[in-house]
Amino acid sequence: MLEIFIFATLNGLVTGLLLFMLASGLTLIFSMMGVLNFAHASFYMLGAYFAYSVSLYFGFWMGLIFAPLIVGVLGAVVERYGLRRVHQSGHVAELVFTFGLAFLIEEAVQFFWGPDTKNYQAPDILDFPLFTLFGQEFSAYRGFMIGISLSIFITLYHILTRSRIGIIIQAAITHPNTVANLGHNVPLIFMGVFGVGTALAGLAGVIAGPVLTTFPGMSIALGSIVFVIVVIGGLGSLAGAFIASLLIGLLQSYAIASDVGMPELLNLLGLEFERSHPLNDLWTLNLPRIAPILPFLLLVLVLIFRPTGLLGKREE
Amino acid sequence: MLEVNDLHAYYGKSHILQGVNFNVQEGEIVSLLGRNGVGRSTTVKTIMGEVAPVGSIKFKGEEIAGKNSFEIAHLGLGYVPENRDIFPTLTVQQNLVLGMKSNKSQGRWDIEEMFRMFPNLGERAEVNGGVLSGGEQQMLCMCRTLMGDPDIIMIDEPTEGLAPKIVEQVALLLQEIASRGVAILLVEQKLSIALKISHRLYVMGHGKVVYEGTPDSLLQADDVRAEWLEV
Ligand SMILES: Nc1ncnc2c1ncn2[C@@H]1O[C@H](COP(=O)(O)OP(=O)(O)OP(=O)(O)O)[C@@H](O)[C@H]1O
Ligand SMILES: [Mg+2]
Repeated sequence: MLEIFIFATLNGLVTGLLLFMLASGLTLIFSMMGVLNFAHASFYMLGAYFAYSVSLYFGFWMGLIFAPLIVGVLGAVVERYGLRRVHQSGHVAELVFTFGLAFLIEEAVQFFWGPDTKNYQAPDILDFPLFTLFGQEFSAYRGFMIGISLSIFITLYHILTRSRIGIIIQAAITHPNTVANLGHNVPLIFMGVFGVGTALAGLAGVIAGPVLTTFPGMSIALGSIVFVIVVIGGLGSLAGAFIASLLIGLLQSYAIASDVGMPELLNLLGLEFERSHPLNDLWTLNLPRIAPILPFLLLVLVLIFRPTGLLGKREE
Repeated sequence: MLEVNDLHAYYGKSHILQGVNFNVQEGEIVSLLGRNGVGRSTTVKTIMGEVAPVGSIKFKGEEIAGKNSFEIAHLGLGYVPENRDIFPTLTVQQNLVLGMKSNKSQGRWDIEEMFRMFPNLGERAEVNGGVLSGGEQQMLCMCRTLMGDPDIIMIDEPTEGLAPKIVEQVALLLQEIASRGVAILLVEQKLSIALKISHRLYVMGHGKVVYEGTPDSLLQADDVRAEWLEV
């Protein structure tokens, strides 16, 4: 029991941090533009594919460095020459633009790399068990995922809260006009934040690709969950996104690890049903199988009991 | 050094500025007076590029109509908006850092000195700007703009809603600003400070400048005051 719990927690942490790498950029970009960027997860997918291609010629580590950079530059270009122009036409136009972009990227990925799953692998040096506990192995690659996520977050947190540029970014997000009047180039700051946000999504793709498989549907698979996280955490709240990411990562991981079926759950609640009941199909359900819909269940609950999200503020 | 010629501005279809003309010379304190809604704030916002200008705005001889706000600020135009837009979740110190246009503080002002001039701010350097009183926020807002070392500062209703004691502090800061050779365009509704410190005054009515003079001449012009200023 304890071993299952420890491993489920570690795996939940890996997923949670990965989700936050996407959710943090999405949240920052939302705070800036006022709309959700539906193409955000597409940049995540691009990260994985670029890294795969680079790794074929120059190895995994070059991919780790260059894929996020390429994705970040691409994001900045999209902001500068796409979104910034569409922005004048209002939020609906921006939403449609990011939708279209998501489709475009997916089609482009299929066109250039094909519809099949890519054999993108973790590097050999990380192909060993980091530690063995109760006879179960925890791979070094997962440890590496935790390490790299945490170090990126700590660095970004320091830049955002301690440095001058971080202070300017914080202020520009909430008071763009005032910051511009003080002599700061707000459009350039927005382009930079958009670029860094997409680069983070790209990095998430680079490190997730080998574990979650690299295929054209990977952006949709993760994208919907990331939107759920951003809403659960409270639109625009980085801390909320962090909590929601870990919450969903852990929740899913525990659900998958627990081998509990519906009858046991209902028994726990003191309910007893006969096997011949018309809702018989429910009996075959078990927690691991409903794990994928847990985020959405949580979303519904949060929206009912706390419509602004965990740490969201009410619109003023 | 700031020359506004036949300036027009619109909010949608409403024609708010209908040919505004005025100028501010180097080191001068000039007030822009008028009743509520005559377009004083719109005038400074238009100069700053926050509202689209039609007409000519020259600063140090260069046409700035059509430039971005941040470029205009870099040329040396400072602006303190009427809503005291401090950043509530940043500390007093961070608010001041935001006013600086580059990493090094140079020019006429530095943070230590501001804290010495205004001990209320100094004592609260690490406190979030949002918890300051209205008067302290006004001071912070003016100091923040000064950190960018402007050659002219446009201040929109700095004394609105403040207690007389704090109004005095504002007046002192304005004189300190002027003594360092920074020109001031003071937007006001009340005459009190404006008459005391201005070199010249303009009175606006219905989107135009309707009177230009000195504090003395305005004191004498009872008809102007009755028609355009007194309520
Ligand atoms: N964002 C806006 N959209 C539409 N109309 C506006 C807007 N801002 C101001 N106005 C209108 O423009 C006119 C001038 O406003 P402005 O803020 O310049 O006045 P003011 O002289 O500064 O007076 P006060 O600050 O006392 O309100 C007013 O009639 C006001 O209703
Ligand atoms: Mg006003």
